[in-house]
This record gives sequence, C-alpha cells and structure tokens, in this order.
Amino acid sequence: MNKLKIHYIFLLALLTGVSACKKDNYEAPSSTLNGHIVYKGEEIGLEYNQVPVELYQPGFGKVGAIAGTFAQDGAYSTLLFDGNYKLIIPNGQGPFQWRQNAAGGRDTLSVTVKGNQTLDLEAVPYFLIRNAVYTVNARSVSATFRADQIITDASAKTIERINLYINKTQFVSAADNIAAAEIAAAAITNPAMINLSATVPAITPTQNYVFVRIGLKIAGVEDMIFSPLQKITL
Amino acid sequence: MNKLYILTLFAALLVTGSCKKDSDFLDVPPKQVIPEEVAFSDPALVLSVLGDLYNRQRDFSSLDGLEEEKPYITPAEPGWRTFADFNEAFPSEAGSYFIVQRSGWGYGEWAIWNYGYIRDLNLFIERATAATKLLDADKTRFIAEARFLRANYYFELVKRMGGVPLITNSQQYDYSGNVTNLQVARSKESEIYDFVIAEAEAVKGMLPADASQKSRATKGAALAMEARAALYAGSIAKYGASTPQVALPGNEVGIPSGMAPAYYTKALTAAEEIINGSAGGYQLYKILPDLADNFASIFLDKSSVNQESIFVEDFKVNSGKVHGFTTNNQPFSISDEGLDAGRLNPSLNLVESFEKLDNTYAPIATKDGAGNPIYYADQLDIFAGRDARLAGTVLLPNGLFKGKHVDIWAGYQLADGSILTSDDASRLKPLPGTNVDVQVVGKDGPINGQEFRTQSGFYIRKYLDPAVGSGRRGRQSDVAFIRYRYAEVLLNAAEAAFELGRTGTALGYINQVRARAGLTTPLTVLTFDRIVHERRVELVFEGHTLYDMKRWRLAHLVWDGASMTVSQLQTNIGSATKRNTQPFGLWPYKYYNPASPDNGKWLFKEVLPAAVTGASRFQFGNYYSTINNEVLSANPKIVKQPNQ
Repeated sequence: MNKLKIHYIFLLALLTGVSACKKDNYEAPSSTLNGHIVYKGEEIGLEYNQVPVELYQPGFGKVGAIAGTFAQDGAYSTLLFDGNYKLIIPNGQGPFQWRQNAAGGRDTLSVTVKGNQTLDLEAVPYFLIRNAVYTVNARSVSATFRADQIITDASAKTIERINLYINKTQFVSAADNIAAAEIAAAAITNPAMINLSATVPAITPTQNYVFVRIGLKIAGVEDMIFSPLQKITL
Repeated sequence: MNKLYILTLFAALLVTGSCKKDSDFLDVPPKQVIPEEVAFSDPALVLSVLGDLYNRQRDFSSLDGLEEEKPYITPAEPGWRTFADFNEAFPSEAGSYFIVQRSGWGYGEWAIWNYGYIRDLNLFIERATAATKLLDADKTRFIAEARFLRANYYFELVKRMGGVPLITNSQQYDYSGNVTNLQVARSKESEIYDFVIAEAEAVKGMLPADASQKSRATKGAALAMEARAALYAGSIAKYGASTPQVALPGNEVGIPSGMAPAYYTKALTAAEEIINGSAGGYQLYKILPDLADNFASIFLDKSSVNQESIFVEDFKVNSGKVHGFTTNNQPFSISDEGLDAGRLNPSLNLVESFEKLDNTYAPIATKDGAGNPIYYADQLDIFAGRDARLAGTVLLPNGLFKGKHVDIWAGYQLADGSILTSDDASRLKPLPGTNVDVQVVGKDGPINGQEFRTQSGFYIRKYLDPAVGSGRRGRQSDVAFIRYRYAEVLLNAAEAAFELGRTGTALGYINQVRARAGLTTPLTVLTFDRIVHERRVELVFEGHTLYDMKRWRLAHLVWDGASMTVSQLQTNIGSATKRNTQPFGLWPYKYYNPASPDNGKWLFKEVLPAAVTGASRFQFGNYYSTINNEVLSANPKIVKQPNQ
C-alpha cells in the first residue's frame, strides 16, 4: 500500500513535469516587412521619425494601428506575424502624393505577409532635390543643386523655402543641425541652379567630417523633403 | 408532559419568529453609503455631492497639480510643472529638463476624455431635477451649477480634442449585448461651442449675480465662460482658414469661416454684460500704490476688496486643500524648506516682451550701440521704465520676497574678460590681487545644472505666497487659482470688438487693462499683434498660452522647431509670429576692476541655459490631441483627428 502511494506520487510528478514542458507564451512575430518609399526608384529623403506608416490587421479585437516611421532615406521595417494587412500613410503626412481612393482620401494598400519580404512603396513627391554637389572651403560648405518640380498638374504646390543643414551626426534636419542656411522661395531665380552655403562651427570633441542634406519645405505641407545624406570631410 | 410543553413552546416561538418578513431581515439600510433619495433631500448633502463635482474640474494649469487622466494614462503632473512649458519659463528641476530637451510634443499630449465625470454631472442634474424635498430656489441653483460645470468641461474638451460626442443624459445599458445605441459620434466643433454658449445663456439667470461669490458658479462666471468660448470659436473660424490642413470633412475639427462674425458678436455681448455691471460689481483691482505689487496682489488678495477675480479654485490652509506652488518655486536662499525651491524660472523671452512705458518694444539693454556692455549700479535698473506687470509677474534679480532681496548673479566679470565663478555660493574664491575668499556666485543662482535655483536669472512672482510659513511642506499655501478674471473679460471684449471692426470700442477696453499696469499713454491704433501681445503679458502662467496660440493658428509658426540665436531673440519683439522655441536666460555679472569707475556695477549677458538642447516644434497634428485606440475601438463612430 505504502509502496503504491509512492508510485502514484512519482507518476504524478512525472506527468506534471512532462505537461509543463509546453511553453505557455506566444511566439514573437518573426516575419520582416521592409522596403523604401521611392519615386520611380529614386530615393525620397525624409526627416527621421516624422513620417508615419501604419499597418492594420483587421479581424483581431481592437482596431489600433501597428505604427512605424520612415528613416531618413525613406526606409521602413516592421516585424509582423504572417497574415493579411492593410498599409497606409495617414492623411496629411509626407511631402508626397499617395494613391487616392474615389472619395479623395488616401487609399490603403493590401499586403500579404508570409515570411520575410521587401516591399517598396511608390509615391510621387511634389519636388525632388537632385544633383547636389558639395564643395568645402576651409570650414565653409557650399552646395549647388537642382529643385525639380515633379507634380505640375492642378494639385501642384509651391516651394516655401530651401535649407542646407549640417550636423555632426548622421541625423540631419531642421531639428538636428549645428549649422544651417536658408533661401526663401522668392529669392530663387533659377530652380535648376541653386546655391547655399554655411560655415561649420567648431565641434567638440573634434571631428573632421560632417553630414549634410538639403531640405525643401513645400508651402502648406508640414514634412520637408530632403536630398540624400552625404558625409563630407572638412 | 414536560417534553410536550417544551416542544409546543419551541414550535410557537418558531412560528412567531418566522412572522418577520424575509425582506425586512435582509434589507438593512447601508451605513457607509448615503442613498440617492436621502442625499437629494437635504441641501447640505447636495452641496457636498456638488463639492466633489467642483473638485473634479480640469484646468490646463493647476496650482495643486493634475491627476492622472484615464483612459489616456497621462501621468499625474506636479502643480508648478503645469505652468512651465512653451518657453515662457525654464524648469529648474533635473526630472523636468525633458520639457526643454524634447523637440516637440506628442500628439497625445493634453488629451482628456473623462466621460465618467460627464456621466456624474448628468446623473446629478437628473437626480436634482427629480428631487422632491428641496426648496425650489436651492434646486434651481444646484442644477444651474452642475450645468455650468458640465458646459465648462465640454469647453475644456473642445479646446483640446475638437468636436466630441455630446452626451447630456445618463446613458443606461440594457444588457442586450448590443451597445450601438450608446455609441455617439463626434459633434461638429462648432456644435460643442454652441452648446457651451447656449448653456451659459440658459443658466446665467439661475445663478447669483454676486461678485463676492468666487468659488461657486455665478452669473459672472457663466458669462465669462460664454465670452471666452464664443471668442475661441470665432477665432478658430477666422484663423482656421489659414490652416486648411487642420480640419476634417465633417467639421468635427474646424469651423467654417462664415460663422466668425456671429461668434465674435456673442463674445462681445456676453463680455459687455459683465462690464456693464449686470452680473455684479466686477472691476479691475487697483488697491496698492505700487503697480507691480498691485498686479501681484490680484492673485494673493482673497478679501472682498478683490473684485477682479470672477471664478477661482480656492484653497485653505489647515483644511487639507492646499498646494505646494510656493514651496516648489520660492527663491532658493529664502526657502522655508531647504532644497525645495526655485523650479519655475521665467525666461528672458517673456521678460523682454513687457513693453516700455512709452508703448514701444525693446530688448533688455545689455550692450550699447558700439557693442560694449552697459554697467548698472543696481540690478533692477536694467528693467526700469517697463510695464509694471513685469515686476508683478517675475521676481527680478535683487527683487524683494518676504522682506529679503534675492541674490541672483552668475559671477564676477574680471577686467581681462574672464569670469570668476564657482558651482555653489558656499564655495568661496579669492578675487585677483587679494587672498580673502569671497562669495563669487549668487545664492539663488544662476549656475548651469544646479536645480532648485534659477537657471534663467528670474524667479516667478505670480501666485508666490508671501505669508509666513507658505514655503513649508507641512503648511503649504492657499493662494487661489483664478480661472476667470475681469481683466481677461476686458481683453476678450477688446479682441471681439476689434475683429468686428469696432476698433474704438476695442481700444477703450484694452487701454483700461494697460492703464492699470502703468501704461498710461493710451493706444490709438490697434493691431492683431497688439492683442496677441497684451494677452501674453497680462495672462501668462494662467493656462492661456497654448489655447491662444492654437485658436489663432499661430502655434506652428511660433514653435516651428528651429533653434534660436540671441539676435533673433532680440528682434521683432511684439510680433505675433515671433519664434519662441527655446527659453533664454539673462545672467547678471558683477564687474570687478578696481581701476574702473564701473567697479562693483552690474552687467548682463543673454544665456541659453545648458540644459536647453531641444527646440519646440508644434506640428499640425498637435492642434487637436489624439483620440486614443481604446476609445476608437469602443466606438467605431468616432473619426480620427487630422494629421495624425
């Protein structure tokens, strides 16, 4: 009798041990969806962490978005579960036009995620900064570039101002810079040939390189559009 | 026999005992809860229910701090910090440097959604209406007060969120599993303003017209709320046209510009009803001969001579309802509580915006035309000849508090251009050519990174309580927070009249407010920029800054995210669109050069405190705070805010 009881206890302990092996938490999402926002393959430069991209997965309880933002070079990346998603860049965000639906609002893009995948998003920017050439003279950086208007139909917008931004780290924007120069729209005589120059102040600790970008502010649009980031040596 | 007797007796007892009804036995009146019909039978009990509803009002700035806001889970805020943002002040507390280090505000900032409070107000109104044992006069007043509070909360909601679901009765769930009849869509922004205005009109006659009644709703409070709400709606309609991006197609956000004149007219009418005395004898506070002391006293004087404050959040020492504003913000060297001091430091941006007595703007003169420093015999001389509200709002270097002078100076300026200073006033150093250790920096700062003492060179004076012991944590202070006051009513009337093209009327009102501050030369020309400026200097630190900048659609221009230079700081003072993204300080230095006639005099330098690394950026998405996913999930009829 006593022996039997001990047997039962062993058996019970074994059973508990075996059944407890199953993990009680969910697996983390593991499929990566990434890509860039581009215009015909050309980079659309943005301010870091400012233009959101939202993914919705319908059918699961609450309706919140899985939100991310674009990096400076227009890259985005999210970790997801496999499934069907709807991707949207919310209204009023980004210096570009996104596909419209019949009602005139921004349209969603259906995305099926199954394993890792790359998906480039096609958008049409109002303007693009092209052919930026930087020259360095002592601590003065001057930039020559073109501002091309891409959207010229009825929905075209005008330039408000163009800025040259210089920073000691690779995050370069109106919020993050150590030197900047500005040209107002009225002062631009030839959009195909614009010059801006700024002087880099002393940097502590000393470094002999800076990062530069040119940002274009479109009238009535909050987000600026930027030229590709460039590292230049002083 | 005996056994039978006992049995019979027992049975009889059982029968009689069971005669008591079960319901009587189970139905015990509760001892901790006052049932509804009891609570609404006695005016004293009703007033205590109403007292709770008064306590739960939401202000933007609050002397005793803000509670955690759910469902937004906005963390609780200490009182002083609710005054600190928007670069009108520098926060001298390490845990609050984030205010000047961030590069903008989250879209969820300032969001509120307390429909629990609205439900309690609705229930109160319904129960008070149904009450049978109250006198009619009491009942009318209680209901009117609750309707005032409800309208005031909807006003607070619409300022932050735009149009919200308008719920004016207590909703009941019928346990059917279907909640669609409880889900209410957002009203138009204009409809919420209309509701606030209509409620104020409806209750003003039921409330007492008594200027000495300040912490309960009065006719004056209802009219002041109406004037402010109508003015806000009018300016959103007018200036919203400049930001077409900040609107929703269903007008849940945004008011059509055609509605502006009607709102301005309502604002002017409501304000003039207070001005002409029909709501009680309100007038500007003009008691003390020194105009700066007089201005500071508006906020301190709770006696009946103060006929300026209309509706306040009152406090009382030893009652439990007190606040630590003075404890947190008293000058470091005059602190009653050791290290608890000096958090809220007004910025140079604000100080220089107080105009000179000849109605012109000028930066605080630190250098002459040739770029040489100007030496002043007394620290206060550099601020002389300015609007009295400057010294009434800001405690300037060498200013008086509790009979002592504040000791604000950043160090010795030596003849060779170098600066002699230390990181604490108790760390003494010898001056050049001497070997006696002397104090080389002010006891009240400014020293970069030394929290609890000024880092901008100024302390706050508004609300700072001169009563003995006001700075102690045990006692704290009972200075009231003024929600509505007569000077704002005048400025509201002036702005509404100006927008309606009645400049003469507008000048009459704005000049009254200015004359009280010592600007006795009346303005003869009124511009929009003048109105923006006047509200800034009169009403700063009273919870108006954000809402004013929002309704004029100036916020994204003033806080545009670009950092500032000293020359930008000193130019365009008085312009409504002047950039104000970083709080600057003005640091006094004592000149040490025994050979010079200026030895021992003061010079000043504009300084950006070292903790200021961010620059405020207000985005279109900040104009209306996020309605979060909890709410959106629970009610699919709610549309999202624009630009988010």
